[in-house]
Amino acid sequence: MNPNTRIGVLTIIAAYMLAMMPLPDWAQAFRPDWVTLVLIYWTMALPDNIGVTVAWFAGLMLDVTHGALLGQHALGLVLVIYVIHAQHQRLRVASLLQQALVILFLLLIKQALVLWVSGIMGHAPDSWLYFMPSVTSAIFWPWVYIILRDLRRKFAYKTHF
Amino acid sequence: MQTLFLQGPSVTLRAIILIIASIGLMTLDHRWGQMENVRNTLSYVLYPLQYTIDLPIRMYHWTDETISTHQTLLDENRKLEDLNLQNKVRLQKLDILERENFRLRELLHATPKTGEEILIAEIINVDVDPYRQLIVINKGSNDNVYISQPIIDAHGVMGQTVHVNTSSSTAMLITDASHAMPVQIDRTGLRAVAFGTGKIDQLDLRHIPHNADIREGDTLITSGLGGRFPANYPVAVVTHIERSPDEAFVTVRAEPLALLDRSREVLLVWHNQPQIIPKTNDEP
Repeated sequence: MNPNTRIGVLTIIAAYMLAMMPLPDWAQAFRPDWVTLVLIYWTMALPDNIGVTVAWFAGLMLDVTHGALLGQHALGLVLVIYVIHAQHQRLRVASLLQQALVILFLLLIKQALVLWVSGIMGHAPDSWLYFMPSVTSAIFWPWVYIILRDLRRKFAYKTHF
Repeated sequence: MQTLFLQGPSVTLRAIILIIASIGLMTLDHRWGQMENVRNTLSYVLYPLQYTIDLPIRMYHWTDETISTHQTLLDENRKLEDLNLQNKVRLQKLDILERENFRLRELLHATPKTGEEILIAEIINVDVDPYRQLIVINKGSNDNVYISQPIIDAHGVMGQTVHVNTSSSTAMLITDASHAMPVQIDRTGLRAVAFGTGKIDQLDLRHIPHNADIREGDTLITSGLGGRFPANYPVAVVTHIERSPDEAFVTVRAEPLALLDRSREVLLVWHNQPQIIPKTNDEP
């Protein structure tokens, strides 16, 4: 297996495990959207390999872990990755803070889409804390970025970014 | 590989196709529930991950049991033996009552009561969604688990399965905001519907008229209407009643009896099984 693919698959598996890891009740509402963060990184790093199709399948997996309707998270994730994919060259040269702000904005839209579908289904959460994962994801982004970049540089051959 | 020319449909076209596919999938999943196969396939990939996450907790329980002292085990054993004896005595009475009930039903030519079968399942400790009350258990279609099968624990009804995979299932607890179940008040037989609220310790009874005989402390049991839950299992205790004259109905809140957030083992129930005719060994 291509080392890039290997490290990519491993980090995405780690992201799913973090997404399902039991947390204390108070912390559950603050859990960052790990899968989306990792996918955003890989889309920026390897836009030729990772794109909307991978995002769609990753979203379907998220739907299964969340017990949500199939397609609920997939829809949001495709939109987020589409924007990241289209703008990856600009995002690469932006500062970490600017990247984090873009991610905050995109994740809020993703969560709003998921909320919209939950609302149609009749079980929308009624607390503003619902949008907390977007905020914590943006806060965690610099660390995710640096850790994944170092991992990729250490284990992969191609280092154009 | 960096390709100079894009291959296949453009990214925008692909994104649009995938978005339409997502909406289509959601509709199919919601309206017709046809997507269990897809879910099952994806869960083959997820189950090892869920199992791995649960492993440290499993290990903790295992080590806890292994390194506990001889004295603790002896004490526990003695306590359980006492409990077992008490339960056996109670069960003897119950057996006699059940046989009597069966004979009386035969005399009345009433339809025989259906039997029940149970299976113990373990909860896999993974977080599902903080805003929904869902749990994952380690039994699936391999063990003949079916969709909307009731789940109980030692204290009361916990919920029902919503997605069944090969070796795991997702179950919705009775407190989930989209769950409702038919119940009956043990004392008076008044029927009601218990709605989940999204809070782990609260159920709402809606549409109870002002003149209904309902008190705090009343036990709610399953009524068996709707056919999903077997009748006469305890569900909840009424904790709060508010009769306000400007409301059309009474506000009734109840607290589930099952330990929804603490149980580690749950029981899957198969009801509507053909009745096993009780053996009568005291017949002439």
